[in-house]
Order: sequence, then structure tokens, then C-alpha cells
Amino acid sequence: MIAKNGLRKRWLSIVLIFAAGLVITLAACGGRTGSDTGTSGYIKIIGSNTVTPLSSVWAEEFMKKNPKVRIAVSGPGSGAGMAALIDGTTDICQSSRTMKQSEIDQAKAKSVNPYEIQIASDGLSVVVHPSNPVSELTIAQLSAIYTNQITNWKEVGGNDAPIVVLSRDTNSGTHVFFKEHVVQMTGLPTQNTKLEYGSKVLFLPSTEEGVSEVARNSNAIFYPGLGYVTSQVKLVKIKKTASDPGILPSEKTVLDGTYPISRPLLFYTNGVPTGIIKTFIDYCLSPEGQKKVTEVGYVPLAK
Amino acid sequence: MVAASDIEKSLRRRLRLGERFIEGWIFLAGLLAIVVLLGIVAILLKEGLPAFGYTPPWEFLFGTKWYPVSEPPTFGIMPFFVATLMISLLATAVAVPIGVGCAAYLAEVASSKVRETVKPIIEILAGIPSVMMGFIGLILLSPLVQSIFHLNTGLCGLTASIMLSLMSLPIIVSVSEDALHAVPNEFKEASYALGVTKWETIRHVCIPAAFSGITAAIMLGVGRAIGETMTVLMVAGGALAVPVSPTDPMTTMTAAIASGIGNAVRGGLQYQALFAVGLILFIISLAVNLIADRVLQQQKRRFAR
Repeated sequence: MIAKNGLRKRWLSIVLIFAAGLVITLAACGGRTGSDTGTSGYIKIIGSNTVTPLSSVWAEEFMKKNPKVRIAVSGPGSGAGMAALIDGTTDICQSSRTMKQSEIDQAKAKSVNPYEIQIASDGLSVVVHPSNPVSELTIAQLSAIYTNQITNWKEVGGNDAPIVVLSRDTNSGTHVFFKEHVVQMTGLPTQNTKLEYGSKVLFLPSTEEGVSEVARNSNAIFYPGLGYVTSQVKLVKIKKTASDPGILPSEKTVLDGTYPISRPLLFYTNGVPTGIIKTFIDYCLSPEGQKKVTEVGYVPLAK
Repeated sequence: MVAASDIEKSLRRRLRLGERFIEGWIFLAGLLAIVVLLGIVAILLKEGLPAFGYTPPWEFLFGTKWYPVSEPPTFGIMPFFVATLMISLLATAVAVPIGVGCAAYLAEVASSKVRETVKPIIEILAGIPSVMMGFIGLILLSPLVQSIFHLNTGLCGLTASIMLSLMSLPIIVSVSEDALHAVPNEFKEASYALGVTKWETIRHVCIPAAFSGITAAIMLGVGRAIGETMTVLMVAGGALAVPVSPTDPMTTMTAAIASGIGNAVRGGLQYQALFAVGLILFIISLAVNLIADRVLQQQKRRFAR
């Protein structure tokens, strides 16, 4: 009789453990996918490392005003964001470069219609260590530096020291923009679309890492978005050609077009945005949202 | 008495049923592990093999140009292969003398109190997340390496190797220590009886006797170093040239996959090429693990009691 009770207890405990396991598994499967009704919902923003400081600020402000909304921002790179938009794993793709035709074709093939919205502008800055005497460079010189043709600072008027060339990796929209507009010198008579980054260029996974390496290394050079420039690094004036004046990136020089390497910062959505995504983007484009752009360090849209 | 044996029989039947039920579940759990592994291999083959249709295998393995976003894209992984080899071997070369020495100390020389304090500390080293190690390497180690070796930048293979050796140290110490413990006391007693000193005993008796176990430990450490991604992504420099010396900035196969996969659209050329790199990495890890397994089996057989 005692044995029989013991056996029943054993069966009971097995059944209970099994039931508990089932309950836990079912509870874990209770996630919701993005919904956009009214002022509650869940928005995913994936893409540019450059735009991330800006979209993070916007997301926080928006979530403060609309507590039922959750916005997740991540910045592996514009290329990653576009791949996510095409695969349908993000609501908004934040980007620091325009979508390539091949990407648009891939999107259309998967029934995704990319819709482009400009949300701010950026003057792509070139920074060096504060002790570096070089204070201006032409686009041709930058191209030569980034293709490892010029390898010593003395060739551009600096100290006799090797140049440590830092760049972002291929995930980055900034990488692609810099390649087209500086390395390949698009728009200049010396344009050469066959040029690639040199094999001695260091590809870093984040803008933050690049800026801190420049702050530590007196021979380094890097190209962060304007919002990442700190007082620990020195901005280099950019000259379009040797006969043009050197221009520093700032809100004024980007908006009036005198800074030679400025670019739009963009949001891409699948089709015209609706619902909560539209409300969010309207906020970003509003005067209040655009004020945040200046605070973060980028250039707001022209009034 | 008949009633009692009836109860006995029904009891035994129910026990067998309960046991079979639990055995069934455990079997399914084990099967799941095998299914997952086979699934990974299947996906690697399915997504990676088409890459060899675009780039012939010879050119893929020995090509030196990796330009996935150019028109037309070229895929050659020699720089990554050499970088992985260089960093793993260097990390192992640094970790093995320190690790085996530490294991010998813990197994033969240390008092049990010291052993009980030091061993958990080494285990903690194994638990530090790889991104933390990358961060420490970036902020603390790379400026140091840069100034000691008079390099242009501390973001190089050497910095990555040092951080990786710290990460594979706990495995090497653990497995080597177990191997040294398995050496029968008779060996050591015979050695001391002949008048050999402690250090000579360790050097000429214990370590050779535990050699296969130590080799297995080294293989496991190598496997750890080969597969590490986050740390090398942050500190190895990320250059695309084939590295000539450990002080060159370089990109390993793991870092190449991590920094490229975000950009690659599913099914595209770059996506397939990255999966092909993953396939090669898998084959290398598999080889290393198989060798370690064979050697460990040999060790067990030698000292089976």
C-alpha cells in the first residue's frame, strides 16, 4: 500500500513537471509583432550608425510623449538596414546613403516598395589628432590617402610619419558614400569608378571606435558623421580642388552647399508610411524634432 | 501470497512504463542535439556551396581580393585565412606555456587551499564576455602594444592574440590539470624513490605521461581561438591585405563574416560567399575538435584501470 502511494506520487510529479514545462513554453511564445494602431505600437529602426544618435534621441522623446509606444533603434550600418527592409525585418531603415539600383531591384522582387524621406543632412567630416599640423586637404589628396597612394603625412604638408588610415566597414553607408564621393571623386574631372579602398586601410565596426582611435593616435585619420565629432579630435578643412578655399563642415556650410562632401540622412519605409510610423516621422520632421537635429550635431532640413 | 505477488507484478510493470517514458524523453533530447548539428551543416552547405559556382574554389581559397560591394564583386579569402591562422597560432603559443605551467603548479605543487582559491579565479576568466575583452583590449592593451613595439597603431593581430590567449587560458589549465591528475601516483612514487627532484619529476615523468591530455587541452584552446569573433572584430584592425607579420592590422574569417553579414541581402552573392567562409571555418573547427577527441580517447585508454 505504501509502495502504491509512492508510485502515484512519482507519476504525479512527472505530470506536474511536464505541465509546468508546457506552460512556460507557451508563455514564452506570447510575443507580439509590430502593430500600428493609434498612439500605441512598436517601431523598429535599423540601419545607419551615423543616424543612430539622432534617431535614438527622437525615439526617446517620442516614447516620453507616447508612453504606450516602444521604439527599438540599432545601428549596424546603412547596408544592414537596407537588407533588413528588403527582408521585411524592420519598419524603418535609417540610412546615410541613397539606395542603390540593385537594392531597389532586390526590394521590388520581394514586393517591398522603398519610400525615401530625407530627415536631416550631414557634413561628412574628416578628423585627425589635435597635434597634427595638417589642417586642410583636397578631395584628390584624401582619395590618394584612402587608396594607399600617399602613405606619409609629409606628402601632404605634415610631419614625417606614416598615415594610419581608418575607415568604416562595408555595413556602413558612410563607407559607401565616402568611397563614391571622395575615393572615386564623383563629380570631379578626375573621377575614377575603378578605385577601391587600399588594402592597408583599417575597417572598424563602429564610428565611435574610429573617433576614439584618432583621439589616441597622433597619425590617424578618419571620417565620422558630424554628430560624432568631439573636442578630442580636430576637423580638417576640405578643399574641392587645390584652387578652392578649405571649408569646415557646419550647419551653414552644409545648407548653403559650400561644404563639398555633405549628404542627406534618410529614412526608408515599405511604401508610404501609415499609422504610428507616420506619426513618428511627422514628429521627426516637425520644428521640435528638427531642433533635436541641431542638438545632436547634425544639420536640420532647410526651413 | 498470490495477492502480494500480483501487486508486485503490477508494481514492476508500472515502474518499467515510467522508466521507458523518461528514457524516451532523454533520448529525444539527445536526438535534438544531433538534429540541430545536422541542420547547421545542411544550412551551411545549402547557402554556401552556390558561392563556389560564382568563384571557383581555387580562386576563392587562394584569391587575395575581397571586394563584396564592388561591381563586379570579387571574393578571395586568403587574407582572412592567413589572419585566422596567425592569430590562433600566436594566441596558442602564448597561452600554452602559461596554461600548462599553471596546470602543473596546481596539480603537483600547490597546497589544496591555494588550489581551491586559484582554480575558481581562472574559471571566472572564462566567464568574461568577449565584448568586454574586446573593450579592454581596445582601451588598455592597444595603446600599450603601440608604444612598446613602436607601431603605427595598436589595432593589430598581436593585440588580438594576447586577448585571445587570455580567453583560451582557462580551458587549457582545466583540461591539462585533469590530465596531470590522471597520472598514476605509482609513476611519481617510483621517480622520487630513485632520488629525482620534484621539478625533474614534473618535467620528465608527469608531463610526458599526461602528454595526450595536454595535447587535447591545446587543441581545445586552439578551437576557442579560431572561433572568437567579437574580440578580434574590435581589436585586430580590420585591414584587407594579407598580413605579413603579427603587428599588421588584419581581419580574421570570423570578423569578415560578422562585419559583412549585416549588409548582405539573403540569397545574394555576398551572402553566399560569407556562408562559404562559414563552411570553411566549420570544417577547420571540426578537424581541430576531432583531433582533440582522438587524443583524449588515447589518453583514457592508456590509463584505464
